[in-house]
Amino acid sequence: MKIAPLGDSAVVVALGETLDAATAAAVQALVAALEVKPLPGLIECVPANASVTVYYDPARVPSKDGQPPHELLRRWIEDRAAAAGRSEPAAGRLVIVPVCYGGEWGPDLETVGGAHGLSADEIVSVHSGAEYFVSAVGFTPGFPYLGGLPERLHTPRQKTPRTRVPAGSVAIGGAQTGIYPFETPGGWNLIGRTPWRLFNPHARPPTLLQVGDRVRFRPITSGEFVAARTS
Amino acid sequence: MSRIHIIVPGMLTTVQDPGRPGWQRHGVTPGGAVDAHALRLANVLVGNAEGAAGLEITLAGPTLRFSEETLIAICGAEFDVTVEGRAVPAWRPVRLTRGAVLVFGAARTGCRACLAVAGGIAVPRVLGGRGTHLAAGFGGFEGRTLRAGDVLKGGPPSHWAKRLAGALAGAGVFSAAHWEVGAAARPAYTAAPTVRVMRGPQWEWFNLEAQARFLHERFTVTPRSDRMGLRLAANGPGLTGETLREMVSEGVATGTVQVPPDGQPIVLLADRQTIGGYPKIATVATVDLPLLAQLRPGDSVGFRDTSVVEAQELWLAAGRQFATVKQGIALHAA
Repeated sequence: MKIAPLGDSAVVVALGETLDAATAAAVQALVAALEVKPLPGLIECVPANASVTVYYDPARVPSKDGQPPHELLRRWIEDRAAAAGRSEPAAGRLVIVPVCYGGEWGPDLETVGGAHGLSADEIVSVHSGAEYFVSAVGFTPGFPYLGGLPERLHTPRQKTPRTRVPAGSVAIGGAQTGIYPFETPGGWNLIGRTPWRLFNPHARPPTLLQVGDRVRFRPITSGEFVAARTS
Repeated sequence: MSRIHIIVPGMLTTVQDPGRPGWQRHGVTPGGAVDAHALRLANVLVGNAEGAAGLEITLAGPTLRFSEETLIAICGAEFDVTVEGRAVPAWRPVRLTRGAVLVFGAARTGCRACLAVAGGIAVPRVLGGRGTHLAAGFGGFEGRTLRAGDVLKGGPPSHWAKRLAGALAGAGVFSAAHWEVGAAARPAYTAAPTVRVMRGPQWEWFNLEAQARFLHERFTVTPRSDRMGLRLAANGPGLTGETLREMVSEGVATGTVQVPPDGQPIVLLADRQTIGGYPKIATVATVDLPLLAQLRPGDSVGFRDTSVVEAQELWLAAGRQFATVKQGIALHAA
């Protein structure tokens, strides 16, 4: 574990340098341990793929023995991390996301297949046959970074990002797969689209997928896609 | 209930508050006014809670008609502001008469002004905040920038604001207080600031030359800058790393300076992402963020080393100064 300041009101707690399931579990365990006994002045803990970023208000951290706020925060994180080492995170819930692969919904499916010497059907079967875990939600509201992508499907991001990726696009970027909740620019390879809405600011929680959830994809036809989207 | 009619929307006018912390794990950035200090000060000047919603006005301002007598205050960038051709001063409370038309021209200096109205802009709280999240289209007024024909509702003014408005009553279309927030209590806005930075988690990834250039050269603000970030151009080649390393995305903060592969730094502002995959060379001290909020294309910025301890001491000192300014303002309507 390495704690590095991120300016005067946040620190990054790095727990590894890779996107594996064990690191993701350690990230969740640390977030849980930090939130069980929050330090006054703590604003929020944000899990990412292999780290937790802790945001705080230095003016509200209780001063003790003239120690600067960031020193107190660092000690608190170290204490809580020691406690986290002894607890096991609960297994996440499984969410099955419908996806219409290929065609106009996934314009890069053929290119991704070509890069790996796989047919479009094989890509669909490998992608929908695996189980993923949500390692982070970010980039835009509700965008899930999913770990567990089979190595056969790892595909570099596009050299020139698209200026418009449609909302609901299911995509592959490097060693991860993810879903674009909004129409945004993006450089990942688009292989399909889900009719589901991933972010609703009026719902609690506002995101469909949370860090720690397990995810599987279920192929649907374009008819089912259109029906689901209009219902 | 008082209403504000948008006659001309201006370049980019949005409803903002000081931000909605607490939702970053869902990918929702705190957002809010880029110069949150200016909004807080404007709110205090009209007797609002610091966190009330106001308008953020960018480079070319709006024209607004007020249906009722309203106490307002403008802080931040220096705009030409008039009612019936008479200049309206900033950094102080101003009572507008019923039906007054407030005309913002172009910004003379700086980039963003904040307009507070007594009672705040009455829009629903979404995810704990009233600010506009432009990328996801929620919060503020219908989740978007203001357009001609929009009508905003004002909330109920405080007793303090009513008393002050009564004391400012006069014959003209507006009457301004004879006192103001003095220059010493305002941020030292400039078109060429040098801001204090703390080294970032990936500082060591940059070679010695890039580290030295970052701290000693000046960078130009490019036109691709917006509420998400200041996109800077190095004078000369970009800042490069010792080795090309694949980085696992991790959290970023407002003021974080990221360096993408082209070596041109990006300073993240209010509408930043929550997680970023570019190396972070440094993060700007929170007390210096208002200076960045006021930069426009063509301006320049430099970075100077500081420590977390010093930046936090500056933060605490700024908090004490703000409390003193608040007390001073409160006495005016007592």
